[in-house]
Amino acid sequence: MNVRALALSLAAILPAAAFAQATAPTAAPTLEQRLTAVEAAAKSAQSAGDNAWMLVSAALVLMMTGPGLALFYGGLVRRKNVLSTIMHSFVLMAVVTMLWAVVGYSLAFGEGMSFIGDLRYLFLNGVGSAPNADYAATIPQGTFMVYQLMFAIITPALISGAYAERMKFSGMLIFTIIWMFLVYFPMAHMVWGKGGLLNAFTGGKFPCFDFAGGTVVHITSGVSALVCALYLKKRIGYPHEPIRPHSIVISVIGACLLWVGWFGFNAGSALAASSLATSAFIATHFAAASAALAWMFAEWAQHGKPSILGAISGAVAGLVAITPASGFVQPMPAILIGIAAGLVCYFMATAVKRLFGYDDSLDAFGVHGAGGTLGALLTGVFATNAINDGLKDAAGKALPLGLVDGHGIQILYQLIGVAISWAVAIVGTLIALKIADVLTGVRVSPEAEREGLDLSQHGEEGYLFET
Amino acid sequence: MKKVEAIVQPFKTEEVKEALKAIGIDGMTVTEVRGHGRQKGHKEVYRGQEYTVDLLPKVKFELIVPDSRLEEVLSTLTAAARTGKIGDGKIFVSDIGDAIRIRNGDRGESAL
Repeated sequence: MNVRALALSLAAILPAAAFAQATAPTAAPTLEQRLTAVEAAAKSAQSAGDNAWMLVSAALVLMMTGPGLALFYGGLVRRKNVLSTIMHSFVLMAVVTMLWAVVGYSLAFGEGMSFIGDLRYLFLNGVGSAPNADYAATIPQGTFMVYQLMFAIITPALISGAYAERMKFSGMLIFTIIWMFLVYFPMAHMVWGKGGLLNAFTGGKFPCFDFAGGTVVHITSGVSALVCALYLKKRIGYPHEPIRPHSIVISVIGACLLWVGWFGFNAGSALAASSLATSAFIATHFAAASAALAWMFAEWAQHGKPSILGAISGAVAGLVAITPASGFVQPMPAILIGIAAGLVCYFMATAVKRLFGYDDSLDAFGVHGAGGTLGALLTGVFATNAINDGLKDAAGKALPLGLVDGHGIQILYQLIGVAISWAVAIVGTLIALKIADVLTGVRVSPEAEREGLDLSQHGEEGYLFET
Repeated sequence: MKKVEAIVQPFKTEEVKEALKAIGIDGMTVTEVRGHGRQKGHKEVYRGQEYTVDLLPKVKFELIVPDSRLEEVLSTLTAAARTGKIGDGKIFVSDIGDAIRIRNGDRGESAL
């Protein structure tokens, strides 16, 4: 029984009870009746607490896309492209919501086959106030649905870091819509959907641990970003012309909003206001902090100055890497994962990018692809049932999770999850780009690119200080 | 009449302005400009990508002075703007044909 129904029934009973007492006192309720009432009240209280946290978490995750990611990316581009870059994130908040409402949620979370869900929740049919015990037994399925929607929104928005400053707006819309069907919905289903191929908690064939989306969100977006960067080719003038961030101030604001929003992303993935949420919250925060320092010191050592851009990039890298691990690891391993992410992503976004010469404008691959892959693998190392006892044997004893629990084979399962994510992302992105390219084209003309996407695509300018 | 254009370090702006005021020069036009002479630009690093920024921010003072005061103005400007390091800037002097005060039509040095 949900909270509102309970309140209604109480309201209906109370006056009657008062009336009965006033006229002819009846027998006191039996112990059994009182026990039932207490159980119902406890259940309703837990549902209220969990639901409150999950609605706040959903709002926090939306805040990561707008304004978090919009500002983070917006500050990193040149002034002439600030609006178009912000728009990439913003418009996807609307586009993905429409897809999710019509069919996306069903394809991701409907119990279908190993690779994709079915159409049982088409048009959100049957998704309401009753919980879906397969996913979260204490909150309305509506809450679960809208919480998961926010993840579906940020994932394609992350890719925009790779095609910023040169992708045609119409082509971007078509690309993203197809990409959601080919990459996001299948991956979300495989990892989190009931019966999914990689879902460790519903008997998936390859039990892969991904607490909050290291594979589903960060590997898919990061690897797709690399494919986009290679397909679209370099921006005009890259790398010999100076292409500098127009406002690191704006990027810092965005990064801080991402950091805060990430508590909803990771701690919210406990799907309850539980001690597991606390543990994920702590792991998330620690990894962001250690990664910010790791990147900052690495750059300081190599280039002689500790940069603000480096520190915030490191924080985001740490948040990415801890995402799959956040609900499985202790605080100290979280710090280690953060340090590894700061160093590896620094190396990927600088040396490796330069070596291969691809133009991943804002390092969506260097941070999300590399950080997501690293985090997914390290989850197999550090996951422990001291934090997460969600997997139990027949006797109800918590099963060992990662290498630290003596379950080294988990690293192999994580590797399989990583490999499938990479493969789905590469193939799906190529198909989606090709279709968009044929329909509308995916890259703006050289003149439009020189002029800037704000004017050429949207007919607006970001800054008009004279007016 | 002479036009004096002094391109100086931005952080010297206030000092130069006060020094000119102290010798009784009231009129001036100040612009933020970018450019470079012998001073090399500086290096900026964004995610490992190094850029040399060679157009550096400077401040340009423009003033028109009577011939009689030129040397005094030049020495005041030089003293106030100098740090002794490369990048202190330059002063250019040129002849001015005429000057007109728009409000009342005064001409020549009396318009200054």
